[in-house]
Amino acid sequence: MKSPEQQPNFLRPGHAACAGCGLAVGMRLVLQAMGPKTIAVIVPSCEGSIGGVYPNTAYGVPTIHSAFEIAAPTAAGIANALKIQGRHDIQALAFAGDGGTFDIGLAALSGVAKNNDDIIYVCLDNEGYMNTGIQVSSSTPSFAWTGTTPGGNPRRKKNIMEIMAAHYNPYSATATIGFPQDLQQKIIKAKRIRGTKFIHLLSPCPTGWRMPPELSADISVLAVETNVFPLYEIENGVRWTINYEPRGLPVEAYLLKQGRFKHLTSEQINQIQQDVNEEWARLNQRAGSSSSKDRTSRSTKGFKHGKK
Amino acid sequence: MREFMTGNHAVAHAVKLCRTPLIAAYPITPQTPIYEKLSEWESSGLLQGIMMRTESEHSAMASCIAASLTGVRTFTATSSQGLALMHEMLHFAAGCRAPIVMANVNRLLAAPWGFWADQLDSLSQRDTGWIQFYCENGQEALDSVIQAYKIAEQVFLPVMICLEAFFVSHFMEPVEIPAQEEVDRFLPPLNLPHRFDIEKPGFLVPVVSSDLYRKYRQMMQRAMDSVKTVAAQVDDEFKTTFGRSYGIIEPILVEDAEVLLVTAGSMTSTARMAIQTLREKGYPVGLLKIRLFRPFPVEALQQTITGKKKIVVIDRNCSIGSGGIFCQELRAALIHSPDPPFVYNYLAGIGGTDVTPDTIGKIALDAIRRVDPADESIWWVDV
Repeated sequence: MKSPEQQPNFLRPGHAACAGCGLAVGMRLVLQAMGPKTIAVIVPSCEGSIGGVYPNTAYGVPTIHSAFEIAAPTAAGIANALKIQGRHDIQALAFAGDGGTFDIGLAALSGVAKNNDDIIYVCLDNEGYMNTGIQVSSSTPSFAWTGTTPGGNPRRKKNIMEIMAAHYNPYSATATIGFPQDLQQKIIKAKRIRGTKFIHLLSPCPTGWRMPPELSADISVLAVETNVFPLYEIENGVRWTINYEPRGLPVEAYLLKQGRFKHLTSEQINQIQQDVNEEWARLNQRAGSSSSKDRTSRSTKGFKHGKK
Repeated sequence: MREFMTGNHAVAHAVKLCRTPLIAAYPITPQTPIYEKLSEWESSGLLQGIMMRTESEHSAMASCIAASLTGVRTFTATSSQGLALMHEMLHFAAGCRAPIVMANVNRLLAAPWGFWADQLDSLSQRDTGWIQFYCENGQEALDSVIQAYKIAEQVFLPVMICLEAFFVSHFMEPVEIPAQEEVDRFLPPLNLPHRFDIEKPGFLVPVVSSDLYRKYRQMMQRAMDSVKTVAAQVDDEFKTTFGRSYGIIEPILVEDAEVLLVTAGSMTSTARMAIQTLREKGYPVGLLKIRLFRPFPVEALQQTITGKKKIVVIDRNCSIGSGGIFCQELRAALIHSPDPPFVYNYLAGIGGTDVTPDTIGKIALDAIRRVDPADESIWWVDV
């Protein structure tokens, strides 16, 4: 088997993503780790828009542009048809945005996870409806500016990983483009597991997050280092493993680089810090009660940004 | 083999006989016995394939589309609210030219709630690009499902087989189950073009220009038009193999009739009895059953109706603001007839209300007595 780096680029140059688009980088990394024997599903979202207008397409594997809320059952239909045809060598991969996953597609994703259909589902999370021009989704973080929350988002970001864990599906993991090897390792691991695999991929959006395009990689590293977006995985809904021990930087290091948070008061920043600390403590508790041995073995493995 | 069974179980038998390997469904009354029977056979191994027990009808149709595009035969069944929830995906299925077959048990739409027979659920999907058949009984439902695959896989459009709640779905009748070998001969294994080719990756359902969109719609319309011929051919072939046929429309005692009743679905059986009584009393009444609704068999209807004075369309549905939908379509079909007949529209059986042979007899007499045309639909209540 070829290593991901040896695979060709299945999100070809010429796609229409904005400069610095974290989603496009994420898709390229995922497709590279998937390899050519993949059928991809995309839905209306940024990934639906950047692929090009007929007869041009950026996608290098067979791809279908399905409807907004059905990335999961579309991929499941393909996976089951492949099973009937005996094509066990081909995998069905679904891409959906946070709107298509946290909001409109949540029931459909839940249905597929309940049946444990054999798909890899990647949520390209840019924390809002960016394709329609920056509106709030249930993935938008607290107090963030969007076009439909001009005074800041009054609600917290929905915890999609806990929702997935509640399905007891074999594998769910968080990842981000700032940790490309971790992301690709997780895809390779997911490929070896039968059933519904879920990858929550934080995909910085310079346009919607109101930041310079060159910051995408850095900001995704900072999301992890501040514990805003920890890297972890959940097996069978019960076995939680933290994949990376972060430096625990204050949340300002992440927030203040983004225009969408520039209006935040110190109380609001404190509130976010408090929420992040509580979430991190809870995650550690879960990971600790799962297996501490496993955690240490993973936490030092394969990261450029490992704890010093 | 002849067995005593419901219309729902007749549909399930047809799906098994067609060796459909992928079924995706969600429960809804009164369709659920189809889903249960197929699940039972899937669990026992009698049905070789995968039953996707989805979380909604919308996802069931999404999975059927995806599986059909991957190259396998698919089936789903639904009713009423479930069909309405699927609406978005119905357009998508037809646009993808996916040869899916679905059974819809005609049940009224809320609000208010009810479970009874009414054809508005499927008729309000008439613009989605699905072929639609309305079945009179369980035998016809079984046979139509088998015919549906043969039609769908030739013209690349999905097919909806409609059977009314309880009158057909739950009513038990003797049903002839064809032999597996005969169905296998009639319906060869599916050989769809490869839509997902790992060797030659393509992109399905792209964003297209206005011009291309128009072109694809025109191609769909042409394919749909061809169904009138294809469905008639398939029905003929079916007769050769199985000895039964239905036509896309069925004229009954039409030649010497001056007044023609028009029905679709289970009400046709009742009307068959009613016209016998009317004939015995000396009234020149005939009957025309519409089985294929999409595409609407305009030419066949024009030919059958030429020279008739009065047409009486009895609709078990009402498009609020317009009237009975079979009547609307028929009026539009007859507009250029040389000496167009008066077309009366009686709304009867809506919400599953009972329509007896006597009801139909009274409707016919009411129409016979009328001297003026009537544009408005007549809400019929027996007195």
